Amino acid sequence: MKDADKKRLLREMLFARRFEERCYEAYVERNIGGFLHLYPGEEACAFGVLEAARVGHDYVITSYRDHVHAIKSGSDPKEVMAELFAKETGVSKGRGGSMHIFDVKHRFMGGYALVGGPFPLAAGIAKGIQMQGGDEICICFLGDAANNQGTFHESLNMAKLWNLPVLYVCENNLYGIGTRIDRSTAVLDQYKRVSGYNIPSAQEDGQDVELVYKAATRAIRHVRSGKGPYFLELMTYRYRGHSMSDSNAYRAKKEERMWSGRDPVIMLRDRLIKDGKLTLNEFKEMDTEVLDEIENEVIRFAAESPEPDVAEVEKYVLAENDPWVRGGVAS
Amino acid sequence: MGQGRGGVMSEMMYWEALRRAHDEELANDPMVIVMGEDIGVAGGTYKATSGLYKKYGEARVIDTPISENGYTGLGIGASFLGVRPIIEIMSVNFAWLAMDQIFNTAAKVRYMSGGQLEAPVVIRSPGGTAHQLGSQHSARMEKVFMGIAGLRVVTPSSPRQAYGMLKSAVRCNDPVFINEHELMYNMKGEVPDEEYFHPLEGSEVVRPGRDVTLFGYNISVHWCLQAADELAKFGIEAEVVDLFALSPLDRAGIRDSVSRTHRAVIVEEAEPAVGVGAEVMAIINEECFFELDAAPVRVSALNVPIPYNHGLEKAALPNPQDVVVAVRKMFDV
Repeated sequence: MKDADKKRLLREMLFARRFEERCYEAYVERNIGGFLHLYPGEEACAFGVLEAARVGHDYVITSYRDHVHAIKSGSDPKEVMAELFAKETGVSKGRGGSMHIFDVKHRFMGGYALVGGPFPLAAGIAKGIQMQGGDEICICFLGDAANNQGTFHESLNMAKLWNLPVLYVCENNLYGIGTRIDRSTAVLDQYKRVSGYNIPSAQEDGQDVELVYKAATRAIRHVRSGKGPYFLELMTYRYRGHSMSDSNAYRAKKEERMWSGRDPVIMLRDRLIKDGKLTLNEFKEMDTEVLDEIENEVIRFAAESPEPDVAEVEKYVLAENDPWVRGGVAS
Repeated sequence: MGQGRGGVMSEMMYWEALRRAHDEELANDPMVIVMGEDIGVAGGTYKATSGLYKKYGEARVIDTPISENGYTGLGIGASFLGVRPIIEIMSVNFAWLAMDQIFNTAAKVRYMSGGQLEAPVVIRSPGGTAHQLGSQHSARMEKVFMGIAGLRVVTPSSPRQAYGMLKSAVRCNDPVFINEHELMYNMKGEVPDEEYFHPLEGSEVVRPGRDVTLFGYNISVHWCLQAADELAKFGIEAEVVDLFALSPLDRAGIRDSVSRTHRAVIVEEAEPAVGVGAEVMAIINEECFFELDAAPVRVSALNVPIPYNHGLEKAALPNPQDVVVAVRKMFDV
């Protein structure tokens, strides 16, 4: 990876970190409602994988912890924040919320709130790609706990059976809501679980964005070349609770300290400083810029945007004026 | 196209009508696929896709593993990219396993994406009680599907409807659940020779009458018609209305018929609670309460899991005679 790309990635990851931290504040301020699942600590996963993908060309789908994946896929952070603020200018027009960020023009196919729900949807998108004959792939990001759903097994089986171009990325943050992986899951190494479906897989350090990028490059090459699905497990950690309603009391402070010592943003920053490509002052300036952009552009846009028109509450339930509902037209 | 009447018709069985619709839609659009258990090489449990695997190949006529939620979700995901999947779930009892993807994704994705995505999937499945299939193969689930916003539910009562509704459902941009019936696949009926698309909304007066409206859907339309014949012997002219669309229900059609006859009986094969009868009664209350000359009545199954023993099974289910009894009681004859 070139130094310029590393510096750009550092800024993007820092932006994602500050964006999510600002979401926390906005939630406390009651500008964001519902459930809010934040991504700090896991940034290297989304950024490393999607840096290796062709964003806007490849399809991306994920769970409810979806803001950062959308932004890296090309979504305007202003429109993502506006969605969180439940505004008409939000990516999903204020109908989705934090767990349902959709931005189809960038091929970000959505955040879904049922754990494990996107597994078969991703395989289906891959089936669609296969039928259209393009070289896109579908990348599905889900957590380790989703692998205990039936959809994991059903989808891996079909993806392999039909040789579908789908990359499953497992962000293993060691907790399913508040239950530690060894208390919920018989096999701790998630990449081993897919061997039952004869799908190639790998496990990688999910805190080092360069390592993630390299592993994802290999994985994506495999899938894009027509060899079928691939499963990439990334070992990571979320700093906050599962959602804002999670007291986060179930984790040992020692464990949290250990992981904060492997912060993906700080690791990349320090590497660039060590290599003489960045100074601490430059980083601080970058941070100031990012904070300024988030406050003065992103938050401002969201705060000043209009709410959806209540008269349109029944819009988007069904297709409008679909002729086939009335028996269609002569063909 | 009109209602498919007046043109040249041919008699065919319900399964043959479905097969013809599948065949025509597969031929019409290369993005149409069919998925389900045993629908390919074996041609489908009820033969609705027989011969199509050979004609269109394994990439489009897809034998799935027994993974209802998985393959339904896969079809929904494919539909995001313009694929038009027809998903056969072998028995509606198994559709419970796919409820997550049908309800949480297909029905809601248009709304929660602010109109960016849609899931134009067709899910066909036979429900209803057949002969001694026992509790776990005799579910009647239409009432569950019809309560979900974002999902269309239709239920063909004849080969003509089975053919025309499947064709419209494939082309419609909403997810459509087609509720079929295990006992109806060999039913014969007239189907137009020329291509025909049946509406996915509305209702149909299949027998006009002036004294009472019998509302039926799917198999119970036939029970209503039998009952109407019997009631004529008592001087009661029953109107039979086929509620072929269960979601959305035809409020105007229900109102119009009851405003003519001033009496209503709703006949459903399912248990009464939270069902088609309950919903139609609510609509009558809301739309034309003051037109009523008698309290509406529903003829439903007993609220029991369906038993294996034939006598018990029969006792659990409504039949045309129950409809006759309900109407005679209403008229005190």
